[in-house]
Amino acid sequence: MVEANKEIVTMKGIYKSFLSVQALEDVDFTLNLGEIHALVGENGAGKSTLIKVLTGVEQPDAGVVMINQQKMTIRSPQHAQEIGISTVYQETNLCPDLSVAENILIGREPMKWGLVIDRKAMNDNARQILQELGVDLDVTQTLGECSVAIQQMAAIARALEISSVKVLVLDEPTSSLDMSEVDQLFQVIRKLRESGVGIIFITHFLDQVFEVSDRITVLRNGRLVGTYETTSLARLELIQKMIGRSLAAYDNMTQTKLESSQHIESEALLEAKEVGLAGSVEPFDLDLHAGEVVGLAGLLGSGRTEIARLLFGIDKPDKGVITMDGEVIKNYSPLDSIMRGIALCPEDRKAQGIVGELTVRENIILAMQADLGWFKYLGMKKQYEIAEEYIKLLNIVTPSADQPVKNLSGGNQQKVILARWLATNPRLLILDEPTRGIDVGAKAEIQKLVLLLAEEGKSCVFISSELDEVMRTSHRIVVLRDKEKTAEFSGDVDEPTIMHAIGGSE
Amino acid sequence: MKQTSFFRRIRDSRLFWPLAAWFIILAFNAIVMPDFFKVDIMDDPVYGKHFYGNIIDIFNNGAPLILVSIGMTLVIATGGVDLSVGAVIAISAAMGTVLINPALGNELIENRILTENTTRTPLPIIILADLAAGAACGLWNGLLVSRAKIQPMVATLILMVAGRGIAQLITNGQIMTIYYTPYFWFGNGYILYLPVSIYIVAVVCIIAWLLVRKTSIGLFTESVGTNATATYYSGINEKNVKLLAYTFCGICAAIAGLIFSSYVHSADGNNNGLYYELDAILAVVIGGTLMSGGRFSILASVVGAVIIWTFTVTVYSLGVPGQALLAAKAVLVMLVILLYSDYSRRLISRLFERKGSKHEAAS
Repeated sequence: MVEANKEIVTMKGIYKSFLSVQALEDVDFTLNLGEIHALVGENGAGKSTLIKVLTGVEQPDAGVVMINQQKMTIRSPQHAQEIGISTVYQETNLCPDLSVAENILIGREPMKWGLVIDRKAMNDNARQILQELGVDLDVTQTLGECSVAIQQMAAIARALEISSVKVLVLDEPTSSLDMSEVDQLFQVIRKLRESGVGIIFITHFLDQVFEVSDRITVLRNGRLVGTYETTSLARLELIQKMIGRSLAAYDNMTQTKLESSQHIESEALLEAKEVGLAGSVEPFDLDLHAGEVVGLAGLLGSGRTEIARLLFGIDKPDKGVITMDGEVIKNYSPLDSIMRGIALCPEDRKAQGIVGELTVRENIILAMQADLGWFKYLGMKKQYEIAEEYIKLLNIVTPSADQPVKNLSGGNQQKVILARWLATNPRLLILDEPTRGIDVGAKAEIQKLVLLLAEEGKSCVFISSELDEVMRTSHRIVVLRDKEKTAEFSGDVDEPTIMHAIGGSE
Repeated sequence: MKQTSFFRRIRDSRLFWPLAAWFIILAFNAIVMPDFFKVDIMDDPVYGKHFYGNIIDIFNNGAPLILVSIGMTLVIATGGVDLSVGAVIAISAAMGTVLINPALGNELIENRILTENTTRTPLPIIILADLAAGAACGLWNGLLVSRAKIQPMVATLILMVAGRGIAQLITNGQIMTIYYTPYFWFGNGYILYLPVSIYIVAVVCIIAWLLVRKTSIGLFTESVGTNATATYYSGINEKNVKLLAYTFCGICAAIAGLIFSSYVHSADGNNNGLYYELDAILAVVIGGTLMSGGRFSILASVVGAVIIWTFTVTVYSLGVPGQALLAAKAVLVMLVILLYSDYSRRLISRLFERKGSKHEAAS
């Protein structure tokens, strides 16, 4: 604590451009020892670029980086580590088949007789490092079997072990953690703060920013908006600073939802009766109506995604019947579902959603083309027309329709997948975590779009880990717990009631 | 500014690198062997007047490889590989010669019957049987890969080994020689002074191009090769896309086998199309299609195959002995791999960029 409030990182007037894009423009940033500094901004605001400059991945075009008041040129990530800057990335680059201890000490294993790894020393060593972080576990177990939170801890432990860390960068560490795991992580972060480490925390979850950080730096479009004491900033104020305008979209939403609820058809579009699949989800009843948004709430792994997979025909139920338009569904495959008018925007954008090498245009027409078949190939002109239409409709930020979709930011990739499904003109749209990892502005846009689609007479299923957005968009909320449907709410419900249903407490 | 973007467009084209490599070899030949490009007109007593020269040889001798490379492109684009094409060439060649051979079924095998200029089976049926054999082989590979979910390299390895055995079984373990002249036309004939094989290649190339760019097959193939799961979620039957690619590849190999046996008037189960799978993979790689699948260009693979044969003919023309050819080829492979590595690409891109900006500044 002696060194607290001493500036460890000072960045002044940082400029960085990639080809024609100005990623950073005159950005200042400071980090003190013993503080948690949240770095926030929408996708493409320049957060990652700033971190890359700090960790030596990129060199700034102009500007000064000072470490400990001394001007420094950080040549490479290795160099950054040598001077005490460690980074834990969103996708932890660990080896899931090795033990926890091996992962923490990989490359620096204690040796016996200079030849073999001293396993006992290694395990003791790893256990000690983890205990310092307040985590107590069996370090000999395989990392892949541990929870994501533990994996994240191991990554942090490894980052701390590499050198005498003074600066720790956490890039979206919580995006795949559940609530208790986040708490565990925060305890570790707070402990590190007490020991005098300066922590840069990047996240999209604003709750967490307020919970854990001391100061907040906001970036927008590559420029610095400002650095604020967390206690002096209100939540709405922060959102406004991030997107540069007030969130009128959110205000209108309740109204839109109320109005649109009048258009819900009484006849069910799709009805599931006692549908279940062993090992995936327990039998459940569900009816979906045109014009209605049904929210599926529950923790990660509670069966939300499994229901989506059954409805879309990725998995075939072994119990119960699904009827659509009064007819019992017999064929289960994504293509059959598309032909029935069902669309699924899948949970894992990278693995199940985007086809990275293909262009925005090709990604958008993909499902539509699948529906048309192999030989009715859409003409180029038509393809561009459709692509341009959805790029405009969903505000997809891309240099052109011919850009490979992998070059787009996460939020825009999500919109491309959404466009792919809207292009098939579905009657039932299932959205599994459509707003994960995307910024507030885009989140609001997507939520609004869902309500708009319902108003047009589509039936929507909205799945999300964030309860507030499920509540904001859904006319009816189905709660799942431990692979089972436990409750259904329609009309006005308050958050605690749903929380209890999700958590299972009385 | 416009000029730079024009340069960039050319450079970003999939054909740029393969064509550049080809021109380098041709330029080398032009300097070292001015005679390399000489094309004469030859009057053949059997096949009539036709062009004659190294360039013609490249395309005529390279035709089987070009055909196989076209099929291989589609397979590699789905993220797979087909190691059995060489064996399928042998099977196709064996089928063709066996169906022709008038001696088969004759109890009295006399040399007179054996060397007769006649066939047991009408030519169209021979062609169809060859194609069917190739399609069946491809279908087998495709089923193993898409339905049984065996890794492509392992799945096609089965036919790579078994195929040569099948070819030998068909010809009863013999090297079969044929004397039926109409069959020779495919590998030796000429239309308008140019070898028939060039026309066959052109037709297959056009059919393949139409198939992949005028239907959604090309899009689906690239999608499967890039992200099979996302493709499946999008409602595309990724299994059938793979099945089609392997089947098409089998058919291409069968046509190559037909030209092969026609060219050398015989079928040899052990040696027909030997190592063609490796050359075809090399051609596809030179064409810039990644082994991991995804984006592909059939034309670029064709250029890749042409490069391999230009190189081969060049090495022969230089008087390098045949036994040194493989060593020389290894040098080519090394150069290609180095040239295509990310590092050297970036290096060359940077050189271009600098030139481009200088050019801009000057103008």
